[in-house]
Amino acid sequence: MDQEAAKLVGAGLAAIGAGMAAIGVGNVFGSFLESALRNPGAADGQQGRLFIGFAAAELLGLLSFVVAMILIFVA
Amino acid sequence: MAAEQAKVDPMHQFAIEPLFGSANWEIAGYNIAFTNSALWMAIAAVALWVFVAGGMKRQLVPGRWQMAVESFTGFIDDLLEANVGKEGKKYVPYIFSLFMFILFSNVLGLVPLPLTIVGIHPFTATSHFTVTGVLAIISFLIVLLVGFWKHKLHFFSLFIPHGTPLVMVPLIFCIELVSFLVRPFSLGLRLFVAMMAGHVLLEVLSSFVIGGINSGMAIGPVVSILSFVLMLAICALEVLVAGIQAYVFALLSSLYINDAEHLH
Repeated sequence: MDQEAAKLVGAGLAAIGAGMAAIGVGNVFGSFLESALRNPGAADGQQGRLFIGFAAAELLGLLSFVVAMILIFVA
Repeated sequence: MAAEQAKVDPMHQFAIEPLFGSANWEIAGYNIAFTNSALWMAIAAVALWVFVAGGMKRQLVPGRWQMAVESFTGFIDDLLEANVGKEGKKYVPYIFSLFMFILFSNVLGLVPLPLTIVGIHPFTATSHFTVTGVLAIISFLIVLLVGFWKHKLHFFSLFIPHGTPLVMVPLIFCIELVSFLVRPFSLGLRLFVAMMAGHVLLEVLSSFVIGGINSGMAIGPVVSILSFVLMLAICALEVLVAGIQAYVFALLSSLYINDAEHLH
């Protein structure tokens, strides 16, 4: 395989990571909503933790975006 | 190949161009020209100053403007109260400026049509790692300074959780040290990549809209309309992301400050 093609294939594969992060972020908000509807009184106090979980899940997806960008533009 | 001609460069919008002073403004060999990035950061700072100054009237019954400013300061106040406790009070100015500056830069970068018609292209200062990295390093330095000032060398106990078995101490220490040192990196990277990814996505979608019309095929307009609807939805999502990323940056900074204040 040509090196340029291999870079683009690698960048495409890195996009899988973004999709996986989408599952993770959906899981964070989904679980929060599920439990918030069970106990709405406690929901507001947990918003900070909700966004910490969101940030952690999102960061890993963004890292795969960085990998793709490095493969296309830098490597 | 028509496809080759229509190809847009989604990275062009992030190009930093010197506006003036590129000739011989140098410090230690580095050019310090006033760039479009610096211009939009200055605009964000001025807009923030005007916004806050307009709400400093201290009326007993606040008007709309004062109410808007006070809800922001109250929001940051509550954030620090919840995460740091009563020692968090003295960090309110820092976290407030950080949050508002990031929010204003993010939102200013999203300003659409009216400006671009006149040829002014809004630049998202937070879509560059140099900017977000410096903001993250400021947060990190505050954590280091406060931690070492308040706890002296006892600050290193932050890296060893309570009740760690003695055998595990060296290993846990190394792991916690690495995770501590990576913090400014992940903090800056998250904001910069989130903003950059959103803007690249918008640019790619807008190239679909234009490409669909220009393609001359019967299905072209359908593609254009679908892409345009999707682009509107993504724009709304980007406004949300601009707010969430500013909030996450402020939240994580306050959590790290809590570590420095209380050591677990």
